Amino acid sequence: MSTTVEGLVAPNPPRTAGRPPALTFALRIIGPVLLLAAWYAATSSGALTKDVLAGPQDVIATFGELWADGQLPEALRVSVTRAGLGLVLGASTGLLLGVVSGFTRLGEELVDSSMQALRAIPFLALTSLFIVWFGIEEASKILLIGVACTFPMYVNVSSGVRNVDRKVVEAARSFGLGHLAIAREVVLPGALPSIFAGLRLSTTLSVIALIAAEEINVTAGLGYLMARATDYLRTDILALCVLLYAVIGLLADLALRLAERFTMPWRKAVTLR
Amino acid sequence: MSLAVRTTGLRKVFGDRAVLDGVDLEVRRGEFLALLGASGTGKTTLLRILAGLDAATGGSVLVPPVRTVVFQEPRLVPSKRALANVIIGQGRAARAKGLAALAEVGLSGHADAWPATLSGGEAQRVALARALVREPELLLLDEPFAALDALTRLHMQDLIAELCARHRPAVVLVTHDVEEAILLADRIAVLREGRFVTDLTVRLDRPRDRTDQDFVELRRRLLADLGVDTHAGAAP
Ligand SMILES: Nc1ncnc2c1ncn2[C@@H]1O[C@H](COP(=O)(O)OP(=O)(O)OP(=O)(O)O)[C@@H](O)[C@H]1O
Ligand SMILES: [Mg+2]
Repeated sequence: MSTTVEGLVAPNPPRTAGRPPALTFALRIIGPVLLLAAWYAATSSGALTKDVLAGPQDVIATFGELWADGQLPEALRVSVTRAGLGLVLGASTGLLLGVVSGFTRLGEELVDSSMQALRAIPFLALTSLFIVWFGIEEASKILLIGVACTFPMYVNVSSGVRNVDRKVVEAARSFGLGHLAIAREVVLPGALPSIFAGLRLSTTLSVIALIAAEEINVTAGLGYLMARATDYLRTDILALCVLLYAVIGLLADLALRLAERFTMPWRKAVTLR
Repeated sequence: MSLAVRTTGLRKVFGDRAVLDGVDLEVRRGEFLALLGASGTGKTTLLRILAGLDAATGGSVLVPPVRTVVFQEPRLVPSKRALANVIIGQGRAARAKGLAALAEVGLSGHADAWPATLSGGEAQRVALARALVREPELLLLDEPFAALDALTRLHMQDLIAELCARHRPAVVLVTHDVEEAILLADRIAVLREGRFVTDLTVRLDRPRDRTDQDFVELRRRLLADLGVDTHAGAAP
């Protein structure tokens, strides 16, 4: 400060420029790296023997092996397709019902109570029933994942749609936009943050539901790999599959967060004024 | 007399455009400054820097520690009743002061109202009470009446004049309305192309009369500074 005046202070505005990206990245990566190091230390020191948990280097070797002989790509393809189809099915159902119930009074009265009741059913309890209804092939698996993914989407979307600024909706209505146009032009963009929140929860759940679904008579997929590894006590394959489930979840989440940036450019430009 | 605001060489750059380009401003304690300028000249930008909400790109800023803002919209917390909004962050002990502030803006009866049920003018008066209850040394007003109808606006102008005369904070009022500036201010500054092109003291007796010859003359001069041609007789 070049000058001072008695009783006056320099204002202390919030810092807008964040940390340098490199530092942010380093801070983010510390946790995962520490976890990996601990895993490595525990297995290579012999505290965890191979029949309990294989070390990271074994898991990497196994990954190379299974990838090369084609087992892993095939298993991944099958499992990701199941989870993906289930997610698309469930998330679009949840989106549709959520918009209907959040946007119209009638829709809420018709849809909400039954959705809330169905939501109370743990989807895992449906596994056997779905086998009876839809057989042991792909259909029952995808439907199970779909059901699991519907509800987080529904809950988030309906509340997001309900929270869209009613003044803006009213303004749009006064300009002669119909229900559909308002839903498309105002409500959906306004509810996008909640839609993405729902989608991220649904994505996580789709992987969980995938594991449950792959308990049903599997002949392919990550679940199949795991079932066989259990028979032979291959903890390296088991650890690998567990990690792959996590990686699938992480990648999906990453993709969604990128999509969030692209579909909501106005959020980056927010200035409070 | 001691100062309430001092900026020297204040700059604010957005992208490659300097919206404020070397602003030197001094406001004395208890002084009422009106800030005029066409749309987009950086009035809000300057006010936000004085409030400590945004950082300047360059230059120095000195302001008192206690300063409050009334924004163009009320910005009340929708989940709190009017009184709770006024004393927000001050604890229940401030209730009496809050009620007094609401009474000053003529809203004693609305202490328990939800913000959504208040009219535009009422909500803005609650925002004014919220700014006053903190007994600011510097009160920053960013077009606080812009969204109000002409009649409510006149009432609000009287109210501001009265409250400022009583509490004597230093005031910076951003406005588009030249008459409003002349009615209320001790001093008027016009911002253009990043700097003050005019900075004059209003030497009219209060209460000021819009039909007074000097008033009309001053108004014409300021409009000219703003780049408005008054020969057509166009009122703002
Ligand atoms: N965050 C930002 N990013 C880029 N440009 C900005 C930003 N904030 C303000 N500006 C620009 O700075 C200029 C000054 O803005 P400011 O809001 O201070 O104007 P103003 O004088 O208050 O206008 P008005 O009278 O219309 O309220 C405008 O041209 C605006 O486009
Ligand atoms: Mg402005």
